[in-house]
Amino acid sequence: MRWEGVSRRHFLAAGTGLFVFLQAGRLPAQNHGPLPELPADFNAYLRIGSDGRVTCFSGKVELGQGAMTVFAQCIADELDVPFDSVDMLMGDTDLCPVDYGTVASMGAPILTPALRKAAAEARAVLLQMAAERLQAPLERLIAKNGVVTDPAQNKRVSYGELVQGKRIERHIDGAHVKAPEKLSILGTSPQRKDGLEKVTGKAKFAGDIVLPGMLCARILRPPAHGAVLKSVDTSAAEKTGALVVRDGDPLAALHGRRGGADSEYDPSVGRGPLVAVLHERRDLAEEALALVKAEFEPAPPGPDDQTIFDHLVRKGVPPKMVDQRNDPSSGERLAATIVEKTYLHSYVAHAPMETHTAVARMEGDRVTVWASTASPFKTQQAVAEGLDIPLKNVRILTPYVGGAFGGKTFSLQAVEAARLARATGKPVQVLWDRAEEFFYDVFMPASVVKIRAGLTEAGKIVSWEFKVWGAGDRDVMPFYDILHQRAISSHTWRLNDPSGMHPFGIGPWRGPSANTNTFARESHMDVLAATVGADPVEFRMNHLSDPRMRRVLEAAAKQFGWKPGKTPSGRGVGVACGLYWDTRVASMAEVAVDQATGHVRVRRVVLAMDQGLTLNPDGTLQQMEGAVTMGLGYALTEGIRFKDGEIRDRNFDTYEIPRFSWVPKIETVLIDNPGTPAQGSGEPVIITSGAVLANAIHDALGTRIFQLPMTPERVKAAISRG
Amino acid sequence: MRRTISFTLNGKPTRVTVDDDRMLLWVLRGELGLTGTKFGCGAAQCGACTVVVDNEPVLSCSTPIKDVAGKQVLTIEGLSPEGRLHPIQKAFLKHAAFQCGYCTPGMILTAYALLHKKLQPTRDEIIKAMDNNLCRCGSHVRVVAAIQEASAGSKGAAR
Repeated sequence: MRWEGVSRRHFLAAGTGLFVFLQAGRLPAQNHGPLPELPADFNAYLRIGSDGRVTCFSGKVELGQGAMTVFAQCIADELDVPFDSVDMLMGDTDLCPVDYGTVASMGAPILTPALRKAAAEARAVLLQMAAERLQAPLERLIAKNGVVTDPAQNKRVSYGELVQGKRIERHIDGAHVKAPEKLSILGTSPQRKDGLEKVTGKAKFAGDIVLPGMLCARILRPPAHGAVLKSVDTSAAEKTGALVVRDGDPLAALHGRRGGADSEYDPSVGRGPLVAVLHERRDLAEEALALVKAEFEPAPPGPDDQTIFDHLVRKGVPPKMVDQRNDPSSGERLAATIVEKTYLHSYVAHAPMETHTAVARMEGDRVTVWASTASPFKTQQAVAEGLDIPLKNVRILTPYVGGAFGGKTFSLQAVEAARLARATGKPVQVLWDRAEEFFYDVFMPASVVKIRAGLTEAGKIVSWEFKVWGAGDRDVMPFYDILHQRAISSHTWRLNDPSGMHPFGIGPWRGPSANTNTFARESHMDVLAATVGADPVEFRMNHLSDPRMRRVLEAAAKQFGWKPGKTPSGRGVGVACGLYWDTRVASMAEVAVDQATGHVRVRRVVLAMDQGLTLNPDGTLQQMEGAVTMGLGYALTEGIRFKDGEIRDRNFDTYEIPRFSWVPKIETVLIDNPGTPAQGSGEPVIITSGAVLANAIHDALGTRIFQLPMTPERVKAAISRG
Repeated sequence: MRRTISFTLNGKPTRVTVDDDRMLLWVLRGELGLTGTKFGCGAAQCGACTVVVDNEPVLSCSTPIKDVAGKQVLTIEGLSPEGRLHPIQKAFLKHAAFQCGYCTPGMILTAYALLHKKLQPTRDEIIKAMDNNLCRCGSHVRVVAAIQEASAGSKGAAR
């Protein structure tokens, strides 16, 4: 082990209180902008108390994905302390290192290496300090369970004794994280840190924060995106004893002034006027809100869920080239057959079980907000902008978050709670109801994908042109060996939409771009395989040289017991492959289709994945099983119904998400690949859901469905089309 | 109508004076300070607010408080008195039958009512009993496994 810059003083007397990590400037306004640099000082991530307990500070939060557990494993393993001695402090913007959000499957590949490195350096420093304290050569010392032992002298000193609750001011360059074979806590599946609280009801979500004098707010909402308030009469609501607040001039065009594309995605929307009714009890605030008489100018006519696809192509941002390898039109000259198809995908909601919720408390010119957010630092920015106060005056605290799936990024509800706390001088809770959750969601964008591919006489793909409107430019170039290929994309989920291409907010949805683009690409691969009469697995293998993808596909086929043959076989089996960042997935499914009702029953799904080093095997399996289940929704039922800015799905009666009775037999295969650094798994595991079922349904029926979701109506239509 | 409603809450006699049309969910979370019962849809469509009333699963978001007068109400807070976990809770913990955990109290209480009715339900009976409890994270297979374990492993599962 090497180190340099050893100082004589071990510690700066930083006191025993909590320390504040200062942020470097403002975050970019747009989602997934340039990533803020991760802090180099390990003190930003961890602190050792005098009792030996270790606190890990993380700007990423626990949404259910198990980050709390995996991050603690990183610290415990590299620091050589018991897993149970690590406490997680997540999503507190005053105390945690700045982070761009719990998104994009970046926890594993970006933050876990930083945490491991921090803990490894801290361990090296502690060993050095122990060597000085015990007057022993470093080589002789053994660190285990938070205690450094010198066997020769039979002396020991604990981390707690060494650090005495102070900040460690010493640093060491070049401390190495452990080699995969030396890991003893990472790579295992300890009981989830959040488990006990979650099974006992003690887990606090934002809505469970109760402050003295707190009021619950219900906010007047427009009936449609783009509707404008004409008049409002709150007198009846006021008579109930509820408090009515108007923040800003509500008639200035309530929540509709930007052409209707309101969503929580754009923080500027939180600056519009608010009419809110507040009461100590949320249900009584709700009753009072029902008494508010409001008239709205209807939203201008716009697309609906049927006409949206034409609208996207005609009115969308002009498509731009994303990438090209040789020229597909010259590739087509080598082709014997050209196959061109169009694939459609509806808007899909995040629909977390916990709706957007926040509690805000204003003290002087400072505000503290407990928010259900995946991105505390973006929420901090949104609140600062919404209140026109400096960023440093806003503290976001993130309790447990009841699911996000790419949503809960800017957290409009946090801005609303903060504004109402300021307006009333009291703590305020904003807990959206289900209709608000659907209305202000930032949906997975509706999309049109056109793929034009050329096949040689020998059944090889020689040209591939991929054009997408809506889904975005991630995962647009196929990983198959195709000599000539080009990808063109119009707009993306990543950007705000000044063009009005989308009639309401869009944003990242678990595996953004990739769910739609994988559906289209992998459907088209099966179309091509069927065109040349090839087995779909063999056809893919004939176009795959990436050894990791080949291995994943082989593993899935082996587990599934794939029997080669051309499609449609009538068996109802399908395959799809996916690549997301550096994670490979392959899935296979078996379905049964009721030809009379069009109902699809998914009997069995095999999902294989290579995510590199696995940090927590059971956590990964939870992601895989969860994604297979969640993915049934966007594949089979989930598509937002809307017209002229009105969101017609307001609750789970019409917007159907997967239930117990839908769940197939799920078999997961995790490829052992410790030599590749840990990659994310939460998103890649869901991206094949649409394609694998579309291919299985085609195999069952002999007719293909080109549009997600594959509802019973669309299945029946496909059957009658033949 | 504002009146005093008496019932047994987690084994303790409880009186609350409120408008008797108000939904049990909000009285539990508000006046009674028990936030383990969750709001998910407000319209009896997701099961997150499930509590157990006289051993039956009840959607508290759509049950007026007057309907529980004189009855036994069990919420998640009452399932592990003095911190002793109920076998269903132990099984959920062992199988990690949750991710975000928001639907979990409702899941556990629906399972509790099921096992009270039938100590060893079949897999199909479990799925049928749980089908109106929604989970967005997709913990379904683990929830079923946990209920099977609680059912098989302990005669006292529905104590």
